[in-house]
Amino acid sequence: MADYRTPLAKARGLGSAKHGVGHFIGQRVSAAALVFLVLWGVWSALFLARSGDYGTARLWLASPLNATLLILTASAAFYHMRIGMAVIVEDYIHRPATKAALLIANLFVCYGGAALTAVCLLKVAFAGAGS
Amino acid sequence: MAEVSPAAQEANQRVRPLSPHLQVWRWHVTMTASILHRATGVALYGGALILAGWALALVSGPDAYGDYMGALASIPGRVVLFGVTVSVFFHLANGVRHLFWDCGKGFDLRTADLTAWIALAFGFVAAVAVWAAAALSGAL
Repeated sequence: MADYRTPLAKARGLGSAKHGVGHFIGQRVSAAALVFLVLWGVWSALFLARSGDYGTARLWLASPLNATLLILTASAAFYHMRIGMAVIVEDYIHRPATKAALLIANLFVCYGGAALTAVCLLKVAFAGAGS
Repeated sequence: MAEVSPAAQEANQRVRPLSPHLQVWRWHVTMTASILHRATGVALYGGALILAGWALALVSGPDAYGDYMGALASIPGRVVLFGVTVSVFFHLANGVRHLFWDCGKGFDLRTADLTAWIALAFGFVAAVAVWAAAALSGAL
């Protein structure tokens, strides 16, 4: 049973250890951004809840600063939660087909949610306070 | 012989050792913080979808917006939003804790315990403070 290949030679090319670190960094960078964005978001939610009416919300979103920050908040949140939910699925779901289906569903929900939110917010922001 | 879940065998035809599970360990506040970090993360998944719904309601016109804000202001809506608020602040505080760990700081038991309690307290206190501010400013 002589096997002249070293353990390293057998392991080479099998593992991932190539792209995984991207998720690790992305998760933390988006977390750092969200610390500030979410605090601003809570502050804004208080303001929007106080006025409550449609016109005030449109006027608020007509401000380029508010529109930019809200789109950034939603985008960073959807990106962050895509990675987070993928980790949860990978931790608990071991059947390959179910795991793949859930990971893809997670992608669709997160990118779909981010796109929908951005388009809706931009449409209102570009239309301005009127109509 | 330890029981092995079917899933652990099915994935790769081998019986793999599993790490000791929750009930084996003495309760520790760091466990609570860890579990709640994941749970509040899932809750905030819903919170982000509520935000997407808000954007959709806003672009759909005054009636849709009024209905959506009405649903959020109802009792079940407020319970959900309060839960989202607690989740936001706990996940934020505990997330900062994670960022320090990623820098290699805060791993010793005393610090880990203390910061877990701080994150838990911050989650509830900040949420209550925000809702008190909302009540005082007439947002409720």
